[in-house]
Amino acid sequence: MNRELEHATSTTNACKLCKPMGACLAFRGIEGAVPFLHGSQGCATYMRRYIISHFNEPMDIASSSLGEKHAIYGGGPNFRLGVKNVTEKYRPSLIGVATTCLTETIGDDVAGFVGEIRKKAGRVDGGPSIVHVLTPSYGGTHMEGFHAAVRATVEQLAEGGERGDRINMLPGFVSPADIRYLKEVLADFGAEATILPDLSDTLDGPALREYRKLPAGGTSIREIRSMGGSRATIEFGRTLEAHRTAGAFLAERFQVPNHRIGLPVGIRETDRFFAVIEDLSGRPTPERHAAERGRLVDSLVDGHKYIFGLRAVVYGEEDLVAGIVSSLAEFGVRPVLCASGGESGLLAGAVHALTEGLVDEPPIVRQGADFFDIGEEAEDLSPDIIIGHSKGYHLARRLGIPLLRVGFPIHDRIGGQRIVHLGYRGAQWLFDSLVNTVIAGRQASSPVGYGYY
Amino acid sequence: MHQGSDEKREHGPDPAQFVEEVVRDYPAKVARKRLRHIVPVSPDGQCEIQANVRTIPGIITQRGCCYAGCKGVVIGPIADMVHIVHGPIGCSYYTWMTRRNQAKPREDGQYYLDYCFSTDMQEDAIVFGGEKKLKAAIREAHEIFRPKAISIHATCPAGLIGDDVVRVGDEMSKELGIPVFGFACEGYKGVSQSAGHHIANNGLFKHVVGRKDIPPDGYAVNMLGEYNIGGDAWEIERILNRCGISILSTFSGNGSFDEIARSHTANLNIIQCHRSINYMAEMMETKFGVPWLKGNFIGIKATSKTLWKIARFFEDPALTQRIEAVIMEEEAQAGVEIAPYRGRLAGKTVALFVGGSRAHHYQDLFKDLGMKVIAAGYEFAHRDDYEGRDVLPFLKVDADSQNIEELKVDKDPERYRPRIDDEKRKRLMAEGVISTYGGMMPEMDKGAVVIDDISHHELEKLIERFKPDLICSGIKDKYVIEKWGIPSKQLHNYDYGGPYAGYLGAVNFARDIDMRVNGPAWGFITPPWKKKPILEAAFGAAA
Repeated sequence: MNRELEHATSTTNACKLCKPMGACLAFRGIEGAVPFLHGSQGCATYMRRYIISHFNEPMDIASSSLGEKHAIYGGGPNFRLGVKNVTEKYRPSLIGVATTCLTETIGDDVAGFVGEIRKKAGRVDGGPSIVHVLTPSYGGTHMEGFHAAVRATVEQLAEGGERGDRINMLPGFVSPADIRYLKEVLADFGAEATILPDLSDTLDGPALREYRKLPAGGTSIREIRSMGGSRATIEFGRTLEAHRTAGAFLAERFQVPNHRIGLPVGIRETDRFFAVIEDLSGRPTPERHAAERGRLVDSLVDGHKYIFGLRAVVYGEEDLVAGIVSSLAEFGVRPVLCASGGESGLLAGAVHALTEGLVDEPPIVRQGADFFDIGEEAEDLSPDIIIGHSKGYHLARRLGIPLLRVGFPIHDRIGGQRIVHLGYRGAQWLFDSLVNTVIAGRQASSPVGYGYY
Repeated sequence: MHQGSDEKREHGPDPAQFVEEVVRDYPAKVARKRLRHIVPVSPDGQCEIQANVRTIPGIITQRGCCYAGCKGVVIGPIADMVHIVHGPIGCSYYTWMTRRNQAKPREDGQYYLDYCFSTDMQEDAIVFGGEKKLKAAIREAHEIFRPKAISIHATCPAGLIGDDVVRVGDEMSKELGIPVFGFACEGYKGVSQSAGHHIANNGLFKHVVGRKDIPPDGYAVNMLGEYNIGGDAWEIERILNRCGISILSTFSGNGSFDEIARSHTANLNIIQCHRSINYMAEMMETKFGVPWLKGNFIGIKATSKTLWKIARFFEDPALTQRIEAVIMEEEAQAGVEIAPYRGRLAGKTVALFVGGSRAHHYQDLFKDLGMKVIAAGYEFAHRDDYEGRDVLPFLKVDADSQNIEELKVDKDPERYRPRIDDEKRKRLMAEGVISTYGGMMPEMDKGAVVIDDISHHELEKLIERFKPDLICSGIKDKYVIEKWGIPSKQLHNYDYGGPYAGYLGAVNFARDIDMRVNGPAWGFITPPWKKKPILEAAFGAAA
């Protein structure tokens, strides 16, 4: 089932973004942080442009603006000047430095630069913490960059200490609405949690009359420092590289037990998540969440007639794909093709585990895929619907079938940041959206046109 | 509805004092540098400004890179070619139709704008070199798509590891028998996307222009520096066609390789975006004798003025008559249609910080709407775009620009054909019809502030002190501006609207600006429970 493609040389219409962009997103979820790219200024500009087109929010990324001269003689002086200017202008609590292709190729020693700055500043002047992460775009996708930045943050900031009652929550790259949902769930269990990163306010803020250079919200540095003393970590992601995650680091360095589970998308993955919090909090699932699950299952009973047996193509970030596929299998929809630009090597296993027993024929799983591959394959599979981010638009248009937008980037619909993908609530949204998309399609193409469905 | 704009227009801040305030928060060295980029327009309109120099690290800039200017802006929109990016995935992904440069397939059906090709460079290429994979990618694209031509674009790592895309292009041209050409537009070159424009101009001129000698019938012009964002080029084409003028080629919105290949046979080049394409106009004039004029199709009056210039260039009574008729009819129609919007917008203030031309072009359109431009600046333009081309002989070439090749161009011994005689040429130049561009600053109101490559900090200060009713910018600062409660209009991608060029475009623009500035949402920002105490306090103070 896991057909490795005869790999085309060129990547045509990629299904992944670049590594430093993921790192910038993660840093944006830390309170008072300014993401900083060490490289050519074009990287910062393009990534900002892309992130903003999804979130419709300010997204500052500083750059050391290297030019040809620095490519030859090294970017140290620009880096120091850049950090100084960001410090003076923003008074940030943290500068999250990510490297780029340029600085990785010329071999700039960013760890060394940061060390010097730290030594010079000491702790006394109250300057920003600096976290750095190596993110050449030729070494992974935006998801590797995101997770690497979370790991680097924890590695460079977390301290041990007395074991407290808090839970570390490492959700991965989910929407601001997803984070708000997680907060609600954790609060309803009475669990005190540190969510890292927390994009819920920093990339989905209210309209204001006075702009704040550093948006409100984000995980506080104080909380991150104390993550080594938490009683447990919950980390989402079946396709993470097991020993290289922030959760793994906290377990190894500070013996914080790590509960790595799949992204809680769909019923069973969410059940697993709730089971873990029940365990950790010692409380049963609060009634309102149990009721949410109940209503979800009730709606499946009501609505499955519209979508049962539908054939779906799903693409995007590996963990989200796994979660969506799991949900589809629960809804009675047949995922026929699951694809991602990521290459963890773990997607096929995750999809298999999550669909086993629910589908007759396991879906084709393709990692390292681009939209050229997905298109070629999809044409033979006669799908009814496509689920993924905005980049599948052309494919959907060509095949004449609807695209239901989830994940990132969504730049041809409004409100990507407000989609709840997670939990029973997210599954409910997915189910309703799916059913209504199908009904709308039938109404539009019906020669008669019915007002009842 | 917007915060007390009437008062501030009369008592706006003193520009000189504002400039001082803006740089006060900077470290001394930064302040000294930035002072040369922030200039109030003086009463005689003669001002000097610093532009096209390196951005200071750590200052949030809107600027992009050399690759962005070459692949993203100039070459990418050519729709019937395959464009391959040699580098890691991000670079190509970020230029995947993000600029909304539209195009229609021509008869041969070759159309690749929906595609985004990348060699997706991985670690092994960094160590062992990536040319082999690049060649394989080119062969593959040729095999699958059979395009008429292929361009290759270098990114930072490609250049650093020594991959030579120009040589690979030459080799692959020979192997495949179609034009394949490389652009050494590594992101770290130059100070902004502007370097990439120049490199793109050079490549197009060397490899495409002059390939096909098919002379046009009648009056045929090229539109240079028109990228067809939101369909602008099509509105321009509609107007020119009505006048009896055809567009032979557009550089490069709705662009076609075949049309650019014969562009040197046109009667006239009309430059829309001077910054990104003036190199091409000069080279085409030197080699083939095609004169150029600077036009502007943004704004009702500006469009008419451009048409007048074209009429004066051709000096054909029949053509002039047609142009006159078109102007009369279109102006009248557009005037009627914008009137209601103008009624709600006149007197409002606007600031524009965008691009290398648009900050100038849109000032004409705002004049049509009765709005007042209080500040403007370019993101990546040069001094000639601010001060006019007369300043060109005095520009110093700095280290960053030195590395961008200046093509040596000579008269083509066979194909050079002067379109006008020397005497007419001199006359038209003296009249300001051809070969001149006066720049943005002389046309601005005295006391308006010009800020080159504006930083976030400067933008914030400007908002605080001037409280403009509207700020035009790009997507990167749009949402910063709107968090201040100030409407912002994107003039790069038009907030996905458009066309805004020509007469119909002006009406679209008026409608879109009206809904942005006068839309109800702004009135809801402050919730009632926050308004209340202020009222009470005010009453208290009065009592």
